[in-house]
Amino acid sequence: MDLPLSSDRTWRVDEFDSGKALAHAAKQAKQRNYDQFPIIDVDSHHYELESFNEILEYMPDPVLKQLAKMANSGNSKGVGVMPGGVGYQDMGGRAIRYPLRRIEKTEPGVHRDVSLTRRWMDVMGIDIAVLFPSPMLQLGLHPQVEAEVSLATAYNRWLSERVLAEESRIRSMIYLPFNDPDASYRMVKEFAGKKGVCGFMITSVRFRPVHHNSYMKVYSAIEETGLPLAFHAGYNWGEQSMGMMNKFIAVHALGFVWYNMVHMTNWVLNAMPERFPKLKVIWIESGLAWLPFMIQRLDNEYMMRSSECPGLKKLPGEYITDMFYTSQPMEIPRDMSLLESTFKCIKAESQLLYSSDYPHWDFDLPSTIYDLPFLKEKAKRDILGGNAVKLFNLDIGAGKRTKVA
Amino acid sequence: MAEVFVAKFAEFPDGERKIVQHGAHDIGVFHWEGQFYAYANVCLHQGGPACEGLIMHQVEDVIGPDKTLVGQKFSDTQVNFVCPWHGYEYDMKTGECVPDRRLRLKKYNVVRRGDDVFVSI
Ligand code: FES
Repeated sequence: MDLPLSSDRTWRVDEFDSGKALAHAAKQAKQRNYDQFPIIDVDSHHYELESFNEILEYMPDPVLKQLAKMANSGNSKGVGVMPGGVGYQDMGGRAIRYPLRRIEKTEPGVHRDVSLTRRWMDVMGIDIAVLFPSPMLQLGLHPQVEAEVSLATAYNRWLSERVLAEESRIRSMIYLPFNDPDASYRMVKEFAGKKGVCGFMITSVRFRPVHHNSYMKVYSAIEETGLPLAFHAGYNWGEQSMGMMNKFIAVHALGFVWYNMVHMTNWVLNAMPERFPKLKVIWIESGLAWLPFMIQRLDNEYMMRSSECPGLKKLPGEYITDMFYTSQPMEIPRDMSLLESTFKCIKAESQLLYSSDYPHWDFDLPSTIYDLPFLKEKAKRDILGGNAVKLFNLDIGAGKRTKVA
Repeated sequence: MAEVFVAKFAEFPDGERKIVQHGAHDIGVFHWEGQFYAYANVCLHQGGPACEGLIMHQVEDVIGPDKTLVGQKFSDTQVNFVCPWHGYEYDMKTGECVPDRRLRLKKYNVVRRGDDVFVSI
């Protein structure tokens, strides 16, 4: 294919193999002996709209299904059905895997998503990857609540039957159509215990208060399963405050933190950790720098206004450091002592879970954790895999399991 | 100092790049506007193949005399090669990382001997 470049030049590329494009990652894996201990990637992605026709076959609502199939019939990748729009994730093709994935070939007889996921996992040295959708991270913005439910149901059933059933190294936390609390509850009941299901996920880009009474049954049901609940960050250029920004970097830098800040504030100040003491909560893809801010800000105000939050039995920050966080996109400051303080502040050695976010543009390799100068070998291994093995109670095979204890 | 063969000059047209691997060396060699440039093909960010991505002219803001933003354009003079993993841009002529020029890739000398192009390691 011809890639359009600056000054009207083009670059012809005839083949692409993400494994080869990640050859330097394979070298890192070997140099750092990743085969000696488990590496669990708690946030990675696939592009579900590449399988949209397959997914739509699982839609329970026949009328919405026909609308969606017709909208997708010109291979228009869900235009008219899926929310979301402007966004330059590929940086004009500078993250070259975005345009080139269209020409990447996969093994015959294996689902494309399974084949591509295994390919990057093997190269990076990942044992188990938790896989999430990409465009569907914005599905919570769908103006029709019933469409979110129907598309989420189809996606979850398709994922379960076509991907998770086929490859045990791939897991997922099930998408909850959170704009409909009853449907979210039903989703927990339907998918808990299914092969590869390791938790439940709320896409953070939406406008629902997580403390609303209608959600209590959902959290109770998840707590009963023993599986974690995750909030997966995202951006939304369509929101009014983001509409003031003229650059994708701005929308991405703030958006991926903003929604999780709102949900975390509601979650903690409404004492959800007290109401659901056994529910394990993970915050995904907001990086780490926001956490010292949240802890300091909420603790400081709580000391003066605790009467507004009578459900709390300790400082907000102490609840925050009981929860779990995925590492990517981990901010690497020029002054590394800031990162070291952040690790200490959030009790990273037990609460931090490595995530790559591959293949998205700002993915992190395991070396982002492994090469940190202030971590001891045990802490590196715990963050890269050990913490996740315990949190999800993963079966990773006896050889590697002994390295976790 | 050893010299490693890169390519025949005739098989290395302007605008192209070659990747040379020799022992522990992984080097990207560019032929750009009549000059050759060679840099370590290991990105200063996460170790990606810094020399294997797009070659793009620097994006520039066009600011009017009254300080208003008129628009954006591609530079007529500065060209960067872009690490394909996450987009770090390196100045073709210096190997400096464009957003922070305190960082730069190791540079290698390129020599042409008759019809052959070599890189010195
Ligand atoms: S490794 Fe080169 S930009 Fe990240």
